[in-house]
Amino acid sequence: MRKDTDFFILVFSVGLFVCTNIFLMASGKLPISFNGFGIVLGAGLTLAIYSFLYKDNPAFKIAENLYVGVSLGYTIIIVWFNFLKPDLYDPLIVPFFSEAAKTPQYTLLVPSLLGIFMLLRFSRNLAWLSRWTFAFVVGLGAGISIPRVISAFILEQIKPSLRPAFTGGETILSSIDTLLILLGVTSVLIYFIFSLEHKGTIGKVSKVGIWFLMISFGASFGYTVMARVSLLIGRVQFLLKDWLGILQ
Amino acid sequence: MERFLRIDRRIIFAIIAGAVIISLILQFELPIPGSKPVLAVYKKIESIPENSHVMIAFDYDPSSKEELQPMAVAFLHHCFSRNLKVIAMTHYPGAPGLVEQALNAVAGQYGKEYGEDYAFLGYKPGGASLIINMGENLYTAFPKDFYGNDTIALPILQGIGSLRDIDYLFDLAAGTTIETWIVYGKEKYRFEFGAGCTAVMGPDMYPFLQSNQLNGLLAGLKGAAEYEALINKKAFAVSGMRSQSVIHAIIILFVLFGNIIYFMSRRTRHA
Repeated sequence: MRKDTDFFILVFSVGLFVCTNIFLMASGKLPISFNGFGIVLGAGLTLAIYSFLYKDNPAFKIAENLYVGVSLGYTIIIVWFNFLKPDLYDPLIVPFFSEAAKTPQYTLLVPSLLGIFMLLRFSRNLAWLSRWTFAFVVGLGAGISIPRVISAFILEQIKPSLRPAFTGGETILSSIDTLLILLGVTSVLIYFIFSLEHKGTIGKVSKVGIWFLMISFGASFGYTVMARVSLLIGRVQFLLKDWLGILQ
Repeated sequence: MERFLRIDRRIIFAIIAGAVIISLILQFELPIPGSKPVLAVYKKIESIPENSHVMIAFDYDPSSKEELQPMAVAFLHHCFSRNLKVIAMTHYPGAPGLVEQALNAVAGQYGKEYGEDYAFLGYKPGGASLIINMGENLYTAFPKDFYGNDTIALPILQGIGSLRDIDYLFDLAAGTTIETWIVYGKEKYRFEFGAGCTAVMGPDMYPFLQSNQLNGLLAGLKGAAEYEALINKKAFAVSGMRSQSVIHAIIILFVLFGNIIYFMSRRTRHA
């Protein structure tokens, strides 16, 4: 009985969607063109994805799988035309087959081989070659990252925390800001000292740290709610404006 | 009382959907004052001389379009109205379609020419290594633009050798690219840097404002709406903020309602 109801709701929704589009196209609100069909497709997929809020259903499954497939296909095309063709195929492979082209850039063989070695992890006999690539990536990555990350994320971040609160010239509010940052940093750091029992002064200061953490979690959650609502608003704007033509 | 604690969540979804639709259809204005981080980006663009080079990194894809595309459009309006040269690029393979859409729509309104006034370098993988490459030599990082033209021949790039020659770099980010730009780009090549990000990332970016590693920040649809209001081009973000405010009020009411019912039901259980 329940399955029958779900099937009826699905068929009714699809039917309503088709009728709406026929009406919109017949009344000239949607152009009968690639652009018009693109809008219909976009509206259909948006509604199919949001239908999950009611219940998991075949329309949602189709839209979900289509999203994965289309985004992967699009990525492959973009990577080929923006990266592999101009940076590897044209300078290394094309010159072998074209007399007018320049000499092949043989230096590109090194990164190409390292890239191919990475894929050899799938072969039992040749998987050891992938370690060369990983060794290169880890070594290079660590060498480049460690000094930069220490400089950007630690040294530069410590500076505003150590700024004097009262040097003259600044407003009282900015001095309060600086004191709050100092209090926040020290109390949260003390909260994360687990080798000392949180009793007495340590316990009181770590409680202040918990308050700072809770306020920051609240701010993050508030921003997250705003982000998710923004996505909904954007999609509803698309449905009301581009598809139904209600909004101007 | 207990039944209020077991409301079908689909009723709440329906209320939220209804509130969004009604607040979009009803035309009413809410004040959108510019916050300090948004004003900093605005003032920076106002202070750059004409024909200076601004690079925009469109580091997002369709899943964050609703927040970042209005921001990109508003920022492009400001750049083109100030006659700045815009160089676009992306770290995201899903971005090129959105970049073309935004660039062509806005540049067309100001009569800007591709190659002369703006250019799209396209997508390149690599993240940190791409930024380092751009910092050393822009032409080895992007030998060709998105349309297959040699970048060295583009008039807009005359006088630009690397990231050091860019007057302002603005990253529209849906992931961790702001940190990557700071660590591997700004720290070494010393360009002026601002960013726009999704609201989820907003709180994490404030420490970079505090340390001046970011000169300004547009966070989420609110940041986009503030920027639209500042440049007097009220569009998607401003109209979206109406719904945003209504939904936030409804969520606050739901939270209060849920707590009141919870405490009341606890009291009746104990009585």
